[in-house]
Amino acid sequence: METLLEPLSYAFFQKGLLVASLSGGLLGLIGVYIVLRGMSYIGHGLAHSIFGGFAAMQLFAAKFYAIGAGLWGIASALAITAVTKRSRVGADAAIGVITIASFALGVALFAKFGSSGPSFDNALFGSILGISYGQIVGLIAVTVLTASFVFLRYRALLFSTFDPDVAAVSGVNVGRIEAALMVVLSLAILATLTVIGVTLVAAMLVIPAVIARMLTDSFGRMLAYSTLIGTLCGLVGMYSSYYADVPSGTMIVLVGAALFIIVLASTGGRGSRRSAGLDRHPEEIVTK
Amino acid sequence: MTGTGVGPELIRLSGVDASYDHHLVLEDVSFHVHEDQFTGIVGPSGAGKTTLLRLLLQTLNPVAGTVWRAPDLRVGYVPQLESVNWNFPITVFECVLMSRKSSRIRSWASAPEKASVSAVLERLGIGDLGERHIRELSGGQQQRMFLARALLRQPQVLLLDEPTSGVDISTRHDILHLLADLHEDGMAIVLTTHDLNGIATHLPHLVCVNNRIVGEGTPSEVMTSAVLERTFGARMEVLEHLGVRLVVDEAPATYTPGSRI
Repeated sequence: METLLEPLSYAFFQKGLLVASLSGGLLGLIGVYIVLRGMSYIGHGLAHSIFGGFAAMQLFAAKFYAIGAGLWGIASALAITAVTKRSRVGADAAIGVITIASFALGVALFAKFGSSGPSFDNALFGSILGISYGQIVGLIAVTVLTASFVFLRYRALLFSTFDPDVAAVSGVNVGRIEAALMVVLSLAILATLTVIGVTLVAAMLVIPAVIARMLTDSFGRMLAYSTLIGTLCGLVGMYSSYYADVPSGTMIVLVGAALFIIVLASTGGRGSRRSAGLDRHPEEIVTK
Repeated sequence: MTGTGVGPELIRLSGVDASYDHHLVLEDVSFHVHEDQFTGIVGPSGAGKTTLLRLLLQTLNPVAGTVWRAPDLRVGYVPQLESVNWNFPITVFECVLMSRKSSRIRSWASAPEKASVSAVLERLGIGDLGERHIRELSGGQQQRMFLARALLRQPQVLLLDEPTSGVDISTRHDILHLLADLHEDGMAIVLTTHDLNGIATHLPHLVCVNNRIVGEGTPSEVMTSAVLERTFGARMEVLEHLGVRLVVDEAPATYTPGSRI
């Protein structure tokens, strides 16, 4: 017990524990919708996309790189939704094209004008212990916003994820709810990228949701389990990183991966059957 | 069973063209749905049956012509089972509950809303399956679940896309009787089917579609060799047995051992 309480005597660890559990829970919650919509790749894609915004902000106001990167990420997410809806391009291909083009633009801007602001490494790999008070407030605000969005728009989000055609007939504004989801997702990625690093954000968007899917056949329970699992990964990952002296973001993801293996082994065929085809999203009815 | 549509008009398509990616699927279609209508849309694959339903649902905009719907019309829709993601984590109860009319701020269902879901599940004979995952149901039970989801909104018009596709004969009868009961209760029903003998011949009103409306009327008016040939592009013979029309392929190929088909 004393071993568990010992790191809590450090202020930096208390702050890290709060931020890691909030980030895990937040990504676990929003990740359910991303995984069930067959958009697991979007976390990875937006990480690259945000790089473009970060680089562009170096030219104008390096201090506000987070705002620029966030706006850039939101614009990319909305562009992905628009391209997927209005053409025959699938979500995975749209994510690939738009976000990697944005990444290339960022590289070009860096090469031409260089960097005058904070290191991009911070945004890329995260620095949970060096997180500022403002960033904690931002993370709490985004967590509250995301939880409120899911809570208040539960039916519309579920309906448009499961069956967008019938949702539209049943009074759900599918286009608006998808756009709102993309905005919330971008904000969640932005708020957590400086905590566990944007490259690891992609993993934490997917792992808790997939584990939760293996544990239940109910949507409501999957949402609750995924949030709890994300939070647990944050807590256990922080403790593990303290004792193993390994970066916290890495440990959070490794804890998630270990939990995934344990659940997969203990649920056997039932778990893998449930998680099979998670990337299959409702198709447009094309039967003539 | 009446159902040819003489009551107040609910939906009207006038001279409608519809296309996907500039490929015209329906041309110059005029179609009306009335309050007491029970209509089957028949036609071969690719004829535009689902497209016609999507125009009625207003999930597809016509490229020409007009679509009119009665103000505040409540429409229920039962999709093709093939279009459903059966691996989605959702129980039968959750699936039906998602279609509730909710203008309230809080997102969880109230006790009366849950009671109304239970009531509609009971009415359709699947009241004890609420906690099951949707994949664990039989084909007939899956149809009933989506019917329950549509009925929860107390629709004036019920649109069904191939409701008997992939179900056995007994289930097909059950579904047809269920729809007849709903129609008796005052609900307008429009369904698509390619099952001429199992479904279409038992309906009061048929519309034959093959990229345009080829024929419209009661089965005795529409199920003729001439209309069916124009609809399906194949020669068909129509027999009458106990007052019911039956369609057979003309000169069907038969196989006997040792012979070539």
